[in-house]
Amino acid sequence: MNEPIIQEQSMARVILRRFFKHKLAGIAIAVLALLMLASAFAFTTPYSPTDQEPTNSFQKTSMDHWFGTDELGRDVFTRILYGGRVSLTVGLLSTFLSIALGVLVGALSGYFGGWVDSVLMRTTDAFLTFPTIFVLIILGAFLREQQVPWLKNSVLIVIIIIAALSWMWPARLVRGLFIVLREREFVTACRALGGSSSRIIIQHILPNCIGPIVVSGTLQMASAIITESGLSYLGFGVQPPTPTWGSILATAQNQVFRAPWIAFYPGLMIFITVMAINYIGDGLRDAFDPYVIHAEK
Amino acid sequence: MLTYAIRRILQTIPILFIISILLFFLVRSAPGGPLTSARRNPNVTKEQIEAIEEKLGLNDPLPVQYGRWIGDMFKGNLGQSIKFHRPVNDMIAERIPNTLTLVGASFFLTLLIAIPIGIFSARKPYSLFDYSMTTITFIGQSIPVYWLGLGLIVIFYVTLKNPWTDIPFFPVGGMNTRGKEGDILDTLWHLVLPVTALSLGWIAWYSRFLRSSMMDVLHEDYVRTAKAKGASSNSVYYKHALQNAILPLVTLIALDLPSLFAGALFVETIFSWPGMGRLFWDAAKGRDYPVLLGVVMITAVLIIFCNILADLAYGWLDPRVKYE
Repeated sequence: MNEPIIQEQSMARVILRRFFKHKLAGIAIAVLALLMLASAFAFTTPYSPTDQEPTNSFQKTSMDHWFGTDELGRDVFTRILYGGRVSLTVGLLSTFLSIALGVLVGALSGYFGGWVDSVLMRTTDAFLTFPTIFVLIILGAFLREQQVPWLKNSVLIVIIIIAALSWMWPARLVRGLFIVLREREFVTACRALGGSSSRIIIQHILPNCIGPIVVSGTLQMASAIITESGLSYLGFGVQPPTPTWGSILATAQNQVFRAPWIAFYPGLMIFITVMAINYIGDGLRDAFDPYVIHAEK
Repeated sequence: MLTYAIRRILQTIPILFIISILLFFLVRSAPGGPLTSARRNPNVTKEQIEAIEEKLGLNDPLPVQYGRWIGDMFKGNLGQSIKFHRPVNDMIAERIPNTLTLVGASFFLTLLIAIPIGIFSARKPYSLFDYSMTTITFIGQSIPVYWLGLGLIVIFYVTLKNPWTDIPFFPVGGMNTRGKEGDILDTLWHLVLPVTALSLGWIAWYSRFLRSSMMDVLHEDYVRTAKAKGASSNSVYYKHALQNAILPLVTLIALDLPSLFAGALFVETIFSWPGMGRLFWDAAKGRDYPVLLGVVMITAVLIIFCNILADLAYGWLDPRVKYE
C-alpha cells in the first residue's frame, strides 16, 4: 500500500515561497534591507552629520567624501545615511498608524453598515477630496509653534500628520472587503454559534483581509516617504539640523549652480527606496493572489 | 441628475466647515501671531501695534474672529494679506489662470501620451513593447516630482547650453522672459520643463491603469461578439473596447485631482511659476494666514466642483449609471 505523500505547508510558507519567485521583488527586499542596515550603522562613518567645517565646503566626490561635501563642509554621504534613518522611520511608522486607523474605520463601516457606514464614509470622501498637501503644509508650519512640549519634535509631527491624512485609502479598501466577507457562510456560522461582533471582526474577517492590506501598506509607505521628503524639501517637514533626504535636497537646490551633484544623491535614495517598495508590493500582490496559489496546486 | 449634484454639494459643506474651523484655530492659536515681525521692528511703536491689532480685530476672542472670517468668506471676501496689504481675492484671482495653464497643459500631454501607451500595451501584452513600458512606468511612478524638476534644471539649464549663444536651452523661472509678457510662444517655451516634470509620473500611472482596464474589457462578451460578427481589429479595439475601458479613468482622474494640485505646488515652487502653489508656499513661509486659508478653501471648492463635474460626466458617458 502506497500512501500518497502529502506535504503540509502553512499559508505563510506558501506565500513566502511565491513571493521569492518574483525575482525583482527578492532583489528589492535585499536593496531595502541594505538601505536600512546602512542607515542603522550610519555612526560608523568618520564624520558627523551636523558638525560644520566651512573651510571644507563643496568638495567633489573623492575617497574621503564619497558624495562630496555641502556648503557647510558636512559629508553628504554621512548626512544621507542619517537622513535615511529619519525618512525610513517616518515611512514605516506613519504607514502603521494610517493602516491601523484605516482598518478601524473600514472594518466598522463595512461590518455594521447603516448610519455608521454613512457617517464614516462621508468623512472619508471629504478627506479624499481635500487638497492634502496644502493642509499638510499648514499643519507642518503651525503645529510646532503651538505651546505644547511634545509637538516640538518635528519628526513626530510629520509622522502624525502624514498618517492623519492618508488613512482614507486603506479605509475604503477594507470597507469593500468587509462588505463582501460579512455575507459569507463562515461569518453566519460564527454568529449562529454566538460569536460577538468584535470576535467576528477581529478573528474571522480580518485575517481574510491581510493580503490586500499588506499590499496597500506598501503603496502607503512609498507615498509616505515621498510626502515626508517633499514636506521637508519645502521646509515644513523635519526641521534642520536633523538631516532627511528631503531637507538635503532643499539645501542642494540653493547650491544648484555651484554644486549640482549634491542634488543627485538624496533624490536617488528616495527614488531607489520607493522603487524597491513598489516592487515588493508587486511581488506581494502576486504572492497573495488566491487564483495563482490555487492554479499552482 | 441636478438634485444629485445639489446633494453632493450640500454634503460637502459641513465638512468644509469643520476643516475650516480646525485650520483657523490652529493657525491663529500659534504664539506670536501675524504681527511678530512688526513687533521686532524698532521703528514701530507699541501704540501703533495696538492700533493695528484693534483695526484688524486681532484682540477679539478667536470664535468671534472665526465668525467674522467665515461670514466674510460667504460674501466672497477672503480678507486682507498681512504681508502685502492687498485683498486675498485679488492675489488668488491673479494666480488661478497660471496654475490652470500649468495643470491643464500637463494633463493634456499626459492623456496624449498615456492613452496610446495603454492601448498598445494591452493589444500586445507581454511583448517587448509592453515589458519595456512596464519598466519605464515603474520608474516614472517612483521618481519624486521635486527631484525630477531639479534634475531637469541641472541638465537643461545649468549643464547643457546652446553652443553658439551660450544661452541655456530652456528657461527655468517664471512664465515669461522680462519684456516679453503676454507673448504666447515665450510662455510655451517657459512651460516645457515644468510640464515635463509634472507629467511624467502621471503618464506612468495612467498608462498602467489604462492597460489593465483594457485587458479587463477585452475579456468581455461584447468584445467577443464584435470580433465574431467580423468587425475589423481596429474597430474592436478603438470603438468597442476603448470606450468602455476609458470610463473608469474618469473616476480615477477626479480622485487624483488633489494629488495633481500637490504636484503643481512642487513644480511651481521649483520653477518659480507664479501660480497658487507658489503663492501658498510664500505665504506659508511668511505665516501670512489669510492667504493660506484663502488658498486652501478655494482649492477645496475647486476640487469639489471638478469632482461633481466628473460624476456627472460619468453618468453622461455611461448610460448604465443611475443617480440615486
